[in-house]
Amino acid sequence: MANMYNPEIETASREKLRELQYVALMKTLKRVYENVPLYRKRFDEWGIKLEDINSVDDLSKLPFTYKQDLRDCYPYGLFAAPMEEVVRIHASSGTTGKQTVVGYTKNDLNMWSSCVARALAAAGCTKKDFVHISYGYGLFTGGLGLHDGAQLLGATTIPVSSGNTDRQLQIFQDFGSSILCCTPSYALFLSDAIAEKKIPHENLKLKAGIFGAEPWTENMRKEIEARLGIKAYDIYGLSEIAGPGVSYDCEYQCGMHINEDNFIPEIIDPDTGKVLPYGVQGELVFTCITKEALPLIRYRTRDITRLLVDKCNCGRTFVRMEKPCGRSDDMLIIRGVNVFPSQIESVLLTIKEVLPHYILVVDRINNLDTLEVKVEISDEIMSSTDSVRHIEEIAKKIKHKIDSTLGIAAKITLVEPNTIPRSQGKAQRVIDNRKYN
Amino acid sequence: MIIKQISVFVENRSGRLAEITSIIAEAGCSIRALSIADTTNFGILRLIVDDSKKAEDALRTNGLAVSITNVINVRIEDKPGGLSKVLKMMSEQGIAVEYMYAFISKCENEAQVVMRIEDLNRADELLTKAGY
Repeated sequence: MANMYNPEIETASREKLRELQYVALMKTLKRVYENVPLYRKRFDEWGIKLEDINSVDDLSKLPFTYKQDLRDCYPYGLFAAPMEEVVRIHASSGTTGKQTVVGYTKNDLNMWSSCVARALAAAGCTKKDFVHISYGYGLFTGGLGLHDGAQLLGATTIPVSSGNTDRQLQIFQDFGSSILCCTPSYALFLSDAIAEKKIPHENLKLKAGIFGAEPWTENMRKEIEARLGIKAYDIYGLSEIAGPGVSYDCEYQCGMHINEDNFIPEIIDPDTGKVLPYGVQGELVFTCITKEALPLIRYRTRDITRLLVDKCNCGRTFVRMEKPCGRSDDMLIIRGVNVFPSQIESVLLTIKEVLPHYILVVDRINNLDTLEVKVEISDEIMSSTDSVRHIEEIAKKIKHKIDSTLGIAAKITLVEPNTIPRSQGKAQRVIDNRKYN
Repeated sequence: MIIKQISVFVENRSGRLAEITSIIAEAGCSIRALSIADTTNFGILRLIVDDSKKAEDALRTNGLAVSITNVINVRIEDKPGGLSKVLKMMSEQGIAVEYMYAFISKCENEAQVVMRIEDLNRADELLTKAGY
């Protein structure tokens, strides 16, 4: 059982796993019914009695939980544990106004750390390794999530956080970093920096990397592996469910194993909500069955993927999910930050000189995501001025507001009136030139 | 003399100027003078045409963002010092020029300058008095 942190559970029989899941699920349903007003209300309204839930399959009788529910119950309204038991808060990146706030009890952190430790072990990480963490530390779950997992595994954990490329490269060489954790685009960015500084390959001890928090392709994987001379592993997660480590690549890299002892996955038709069989593409839904602070029931991730249940050569029995190939909503992930087109629209509505007609162009240039916002200039602007400076000031104002709202820098391009197609039904607001899958 | 100038917002993409000038051509208007102020992602095309109302309507009909500005058209001598003489006079009166462009006139020994000035009427008065 090489490369496994919890071999017993990771290779448990499907029957055994389902038994465990059922017990944990019932405990969680009782917990949320007793402690979370929203769930009590919904279960009652739906006429759901816990004694009617007789197997894991009966999950489909329960209502979904949506991101909007977290916003409506901001900040702690969905918590199922008293605040004195909550020891950590994280929040989702980049969204306006109300962020999505999540909480963890001590047990939750232990569970989450063990999920991450499994992912690290699957990537070949042992106590002898130096885990270099270049995810941002803070409310974002990436940094501290990998940090706790690496420490639990017993590896030497280096909390570098993101940014300051020169320092990253120095630490690679001086501290002997052997496992790199960051976003895949940052890994490519670092590999460019290594090439640029002509750092000799023998100065680097890197052997593997765990990359997540944004969508990436098999081609990017090959590129990272070739450029850094490492094996690149995918890790999936979302803060609402736990953070990174909900699922993870094994050495066969044929889909990410879902930590099914903690999270029950379902694939549904995003339009009808109907559960779809294994192997069929649809929206991924998770139910947390071991969490105490925020055990979400049937949470709609909006990620589109497939579940693969055939036996994996690594020996793990956890089902695998493919890399998500899209979203069932219009959320974009740009440099690890969640961006909804509606956020741009609400910014534009506050600027009287422009109309809220816009297109977002997302691209990946030199391995960094770029966001361009094309906005139509209004007749009013031109009627009031023909000064280039004045128009540029308006563009600057738009940029400033968008940058501070999204938390990432956007390029603003003013375009002629009526050149952006008007919505006929669903508006095409996004051109994503990054290539996935 | 105060005349009307048409300013058009132009996206920075190839062929766009050709499209815009052909709209003016199809409206049967003749361009007397033009200048372009450009930035990295857009430009403002400024035009003096023989029939500014007709040209403006045609441009608006084609969906362009257009503005009409009053500018001063000055005829100056086409010889060394012709322009600096005018500018010096204006500067002495504290009249600032926002932007300007010049072209050779059809009349011999004459050039013409188009100037955008904040204090338009005062400048016009001054220039008229000075015999321009």
